[in-house]
Amino acid sequence: MNIYVLVKQVPATDKVKIDETTGTMKREEVEAVINPLDLYAIEASLQIKELYRGDTYITAISMGPPKAEEVLREAIAMGCDSGILLSDRAFAGADTWATSYTISALIKKLKPFSLIITGERATDGETGQVGPSLAGQLDLPVVTYTSKVLEINEEYSILERETEYGTEIVKTKLPGVISVTKAIGEPRLPTLRGKIKARNTEIGVFDLERLGVRSEEVGLSGSLTRVVKVFYPKISRSGKRIKARNPEEAVDCIIKFLEERGIL
Amino acid sequence: MKKDVVVLGEVRGGRVHPVTYELLAWGKELANKLGTGLSALVLGYNLEQLEEIIYYGGDKVYYFDHPKLDTFNVEIYADVLVPFIKRLEPEIVLAGATTTGRTIMPYLAGKLKAGLTADCTSLDIEEETGLLLQTRPAIGGNVLATIKTPYCKPQMATVRPKGKKPLERDTKRAGEIEIIRPQINFNPRIEILEIKPREEEISLVDAEVVIAGGKGLKDPRNFSLLFEISKLLDSSAVGASRAVVDMGWIEYPHQVGLSGKTVNPKVYIAIGISGAVQHLAGMINSESVIAINKDPEAPIFQVADLGIVGDALEILPVLKRKLEERKR
Repeated sequence: MNIYVLVKQVPATDKVKIDETTGTMKREEVEAVINPLDLYAIEASLQIKELYRGDTYITAISMGPPKAEEVLREAIAMGCDSGILLSDRAFAGADTWATSYTISALIKKLKPFSLIITGERATDGETGQVGPSLAGQLDLPVVTYTSKVLEINEEYSILERETEYGTEIVKTKLPGVISVTKAIGEPRLPTLRGKIKARNTEIGVFDLERLGVRSEEVGLSGSLTRVVKVFYPKISRSGKRIKARNPEEAVDCIIKFLEERGIL
Repeated sequence: MKKDVVVLGEVRGGRVHPVTYELLAWGKELANKLGTGLSALVLGYNLEQLEEIIYYGGDKVYYFDHPKLDTFNVEIYADVLVPFIKRLEPEIVLAGATTTGRTIMPYLAGKLKAGLTADCTSLDIEEETGLLLQTRPAIGGNVLATIKTPYCKPQMATVRPKGKKPLERDTKRAGEIEIIRPQINFNPRIEILEIKPREEEISLVDAEVVIAGGKGLKDPRNFSLLFEISKLLDSSAVGASRAVVDMGWIEYPHQVGLSGKTVNPKVYIAIGISGAVQHLAGMINSESVIAINKDPEAPIFQVADLGIVGDALEILPVLKRKLEERKR
C-alpha cells in the first residue's frame, strides 16, 4: 500500500516578525519548524503501516524552498520511507487552490496510492483547505477531522471523525484523502535508526520543468485569491486599568464589575 | 446584472442549525451593498420550518430534499451543489467555518476552480469593484489580512460562527421557498455508518461568563482553580489560550481563538493571557472583558474594560473565597 503524507515547513509562530512596510513575514529571522499538526499525519501513516498486513510504503511530500527538505528528513526519521520536495521559485506565493493544484500535478505523476494524509491545518495559514481542495481537484473522496483509523485494506478504510455534533464512523473507498486531528495519538519520536536513514536518504526534488506544468498555473500567478492588505488590528476598548495594591482590592473590582453586568 | 449572494445552510440532526441565521446576517449586509438578493441553499430530508430562513433575512430558499441528504456527506453534497452553483452563477457563496463548512467549501472550490478564504472574521464589499473583501487573521494570528478573489466567480468564504448576531426575526418578511428533489443515482464512495451524538456540556460558546487561562497560570494544576470559580458562577465555562492547549495543560475543546472557538459572552475574563491576535480573534466580540496580567504592556489590556495588573495566582484564590462567601 502506497501512502503519501503532506507536510509543511512553517515559522515557529510565537516568534513571527512582520515587516511593517510590506506587511510580509520576515521569514529569514524566524526559526522554521515542521508544522506541529503534520506530526499527527505522519503518526497516522505509521499507525496504518502497523494496522495493514501487507507491505506499506510511505512517502512524505512537501512544497517550499530548498530548506524545506528538513521537514522531509524529519518525517523519514519518524519512520516514513522517502521524501519528495516540490521546489521552484515559480511555486512561491501560492494560495490553497494553487498549492492543491501543484500537489495534484505531482500526485498524477507518482505511483498509484491508497491514501493521501494531511494534518488538520498548518499553524501559519490556518486554513485546513488543502486536503479537501486536493480531493476535489483529483475527484477523490475525503474524510476530514479523522480521529481514529479503525480498519484499512486495499478496497476501503473505516475511520472515526469528530464533529461539533458527535463522532461519526465513516467508511470510504480507496484511494482517498484524509485529514487527521490531534486525537489520532501522540506522534512518535524519531528513532536513531530513522535519523541515520534520514541523513542518507536522497530527497527527490520536482521543479516546474520536472512537474510539467506552466508557471502561470502555479504560485502567485496560479492563485485565485490575492492578499490586498495586511495590517495589525487596531482594537481598543480604552477600558479602565488598575494596578491593584493587593489581591483583595483586585477582587473587589472584579466583583463590582460582575454585579454591574448582572452576573452576580 | 449581479447575481445573488448565497449562503450554504447548515443542517444538524435534521434541523436547520442557528449558524445558518448568522450567515444570513453576513449575507444580507453584502447583498444590500451589492443591490442583489440573498439566497440560501439547504440540503436535507423532511426538513421543517424553512420559513425561518426567510424570517432571518433570506429572500429565496433552494431546499434540496432527499433521503440521502439526511446527514452531511461531502460527496453527495458536492454532487448536488456543483452543477447547481454552476447554473446559478452566484457572486458570493458563504458557509460557516464549522467542520461541515470547512470540508465542503474547499472540496467545492477545488471542483469549481473558485477562490476560497477560510475562517473570515469580517466581510465587506469594495466600492469601486464590487468585489468581496475578506478579512481574517493570518500568519499564525499575528496580523489581519484582507483577501479578495479578483478574477473568478463565485467568491467563496467560510465565516467564523458567533462572529455576528442573527438579524431580528421578522415573521412578516416575504420570500420564496423552492423545493428541489434531486436525482442522486450514483454510489457514493463515502458512507456514514454511524453517528454517536455528542454529550452536550455547558457549551463554551453559549456561556454568559467565560473564564479563560493562559501561560500566566504557570502550572497546569492551576486550571482547577478556574473550574472551581466557574462552578460558583451561573452559566459559565472555562476557556484557554492556544499556548496552554498546545502544551497539553487543558484539552482542545476549551481553546478560544482563531484555531479554537469564538465566544461572545457577557463577560470574558482573561487570566494570564497576553492577548495574541490569534486569541483576540476568538473573544473580541465579547460584551465586556476583564483582563488579569502581570505585564502592564500585555496587548490583552487594549481590549479590556477592566484591566488588573497583578499576579493571577494571588488574585484567584481570593476571588474564589469571596464568591463562596456570597453563595452562603
